[in-house]
Amino acid sequence: MERIDPRARSDAYGSRLNRSHSVVVANVVPWISIMIGSLLPIFFVAAALPVVPPFGFLMLLAWRLMRPGLLPVWAGIPLGIFDDLFNGQPFGFAILTWSLAMLAIEALEMRLPWRAFWQDWLTAGVLGFTYLLTGWLLSGASPNFHSLIAIVPQVVITILIFPIMSRIVARLDLWRLWRWKRV
Amino acid sequence: MAPSNQRRSGFSKRAQYNLFTGYIVAGIGALIGAVLLGISFFQPHLFGGPRGVAQDAASPATETVAAARTGSKSLWDSVSGYYRAGSKNAELKREVELARIRLQEAEALRQENVRLKGLLDLHDEERRPVAVARLVGSSSSSTRRFAYLGAGTDDGVRVGMPVRSARGVVGRILETGRASSRVLLLTDSESVLPVRRAGDETVAFAEGRGDSLLRIKLINLGINPLKKNDMFVTSGAGGYYAPGTAVAIVTELTDDGALARIVSDPAATDYVSVEEIFEPEAAVGARTPIEEELGE
Repeated sequence: MERIDPRARSDAYGSRLNRSHSVVVANVVPWISIMIGSLLPIFFVAAALPVVPPFGFLMLLAWRLMRPGLLPVWAGIPLGIFDDLFNGQPFGFAILTWSLAMLAIEALEMRLPWRAFWQDWLTAGVLGFTYLLTGWLLSGASPNFHSLIAIVPQVVITILIFPIMSRIVARLDLWRLWRWKRV
Repeated sequence: MAPSNQRRSGFSKRAQYNLFTGYIVAGIGALIGAVLLGISFFQPHLFGGPRGVAQDAASPATETVAAARTGSKSLWDSVSGYYRAGSKNAELKREVELARIRLQEAEALRQENVRLKGLLDLHDEERRPVAVARLVGSSSSSTRRFAYLGAGTDDGVRVGMPVRSARGVVGRILETGRASSRVLLLTDSESVLPVRRAGDETVAFAEGRGDSLLRIKLINLGINPLKKNDMFVTSGAGGYYAPGTAVAIVTELTDDGALARIVSDPAATDYVSVEEIFEPEAAVGARTPIEEELGE
């Protein structure tokens, strides 16, 4: 059998013979990847403008939109607390906005259960734009017109980078459900 | 994509309650977030402790990346230096010769200054930096402009201390952890710095606009005396910064002052130094409301 087709006994998640999924990896990967996303922006030194997209938030949206039901509705609370430690906004900002975003997607999913990718992208784009605008309003400094103009490049990058984030999430998802365990 | 069946509770009371509880918890989470946000608006430093600990925990990674970043930058500088090396070299030689002459003149002036200060019985002690460290990162996805510094309370860094690079002022320490601290950069829209024009006594405030430029607001309004390419240095008012450190260069004139570009871009600096607060008593005085009386 293997001589005819080497992949005869395996599927997208690896060999099916005496292998099984790892429960730990399957549950931990989304949370860890979102937390790494929250950490990423602090590695850049951007003195002039906020240019780096909020990777943590985008990662949360990508997981939530591509794998509905994997993250609980309340996932915005613990992940938001972690993001608040690093994002530079007043503490509580991510807890509030991430929870609201999870509830918003939940409400949207009730009305549009069947979606194509462009609808997910539109959802993520609108939520990302709203998130950055809220971040400008609730930054702890008095919001002025110039700093509003300054977030335009970041908004554009945030919207354009979502397809790449969802490709990363798709690859992580494959890796998450890989049959690591030998039975 | 097909909807997942996990969210359909069906007739199972348990599944229905689970789903409902999830919504309630998420709603409560949003409320808690809103309350915390409100608290941190009025008490911005309340959550500095956990943030400092988190920064300290991340600092091994951020330090490594910062070292790699400055290394790769200097590599690029040395590669791009070869571009039109001949003409650049000749120009630099001429500039260095002029700079040497100016340096000798400055040395003579310094000598004279020391002599005159001796006559007046003024003596200022040598100012040593508290700590020298790398800027290891920044809040690059937030509207606020904060940078993270690889030195904290263990190195003697305290809140309020000025941070400068070899070129000029970078910002001020806002929060400290044990091995890292948060710096309020000049470009942040909450940053205000008393400055004066280098060469005369035109005093002004340099306010961050949040879009990489500083707004120079003149204190004495009247005919705008500023010109393009004027250099602004710290005036020493307020007591935080030592006078005479480069801050910004005017790029555009406005009605009540000018727009200026910062001299010391934190993204281009390698090491920065943290200095003592220039006049701690004056800094305390500047913080005290007018209604309150200064002193014991």
